[in-house]
Amino acid sequence: MAIEVRIPTILRSYTNGEKAVTGSGKTLADLLADLDARHPGLRERIVDEKGLRRFVNVYVNDEDVRFLAGLDTPVKDGDTVTVLPAVAGG
Amino acid sequence: MLTLDRSIYEAIIAHARRDHPDEACGVVAGPVGSDRPTRFIPMVNAARSPTFYEFDSADLLRLYREMDERGEEPVIIYHSHTATEAYPSRTDISYASEPNAHYVLVSTRDPDTVEFRSFRIVDGEVTEEEVRVVATLDDVERSATT
Repeated sequence: MAIEVRIPTILRSYTNGEKAVTGSGKTLADLLADLDARHPGLRERIVDEKGLRRFVNVYVNDEDVRFLAGLDTPVKDGDTVTVLPAVAGG
Repeated sequence: MLTLDRSIYEAIIAHARRDHPDEACGVVAGPVGSDRPTRFIPMVNAARSPTFYEFDSADLLRLYREMDERGEEPVIIYHSHTATEAYPSRTDISYASEPNAHYVLVSTRDPDTVEFRSFRIVDGEVTEEEVRVVATLDDVERSATT
């Protein structure tokens, strides 16, 4: 078992067009580091030096990690992580 | 070019008028790869602001899951400007993240004038496109094949 990570259209250039990839880790930060080893550049589109980018939403199962523990949110095998860019503007 | 049903065109304008003076926003989904906007989905502007819009994060997840299950994608992503022209703002351009979508802008600055324009926004580049409003998409396709 692993953690499934669902990738939005705009980031699929990092995953050879795959809609979902798998990874492992104990926290979201670990998981993103693990993914970045196989999909270089992906992590940087999701986090910056201050943490999660403001207009990218990351969910563990059904919960936005902003309402959990952000990058420290624990993850485990069988979880689904979904990355979705915010739909926003002015 | 964006081709859409008159009923959807009118529903987008009605939503923008209804939410004025706040910005209105939503999606018209359609089968993946079809470029057919068929399912009108008005969204709540979580920012409830006259100068900003953002889909609520839980709504956004539900929307994308549902589209995924139905084999759909956002064919149109629309929002309104309430005091300025129907042209993407700098913020709109920097957050645009669906290179395949038609970004529709409606301005509600004048209650008597309809401003409805459509754009592609790819890698920060804005390209306006023609908008064709038809009675129903099915009619257009039938006449194209006969």
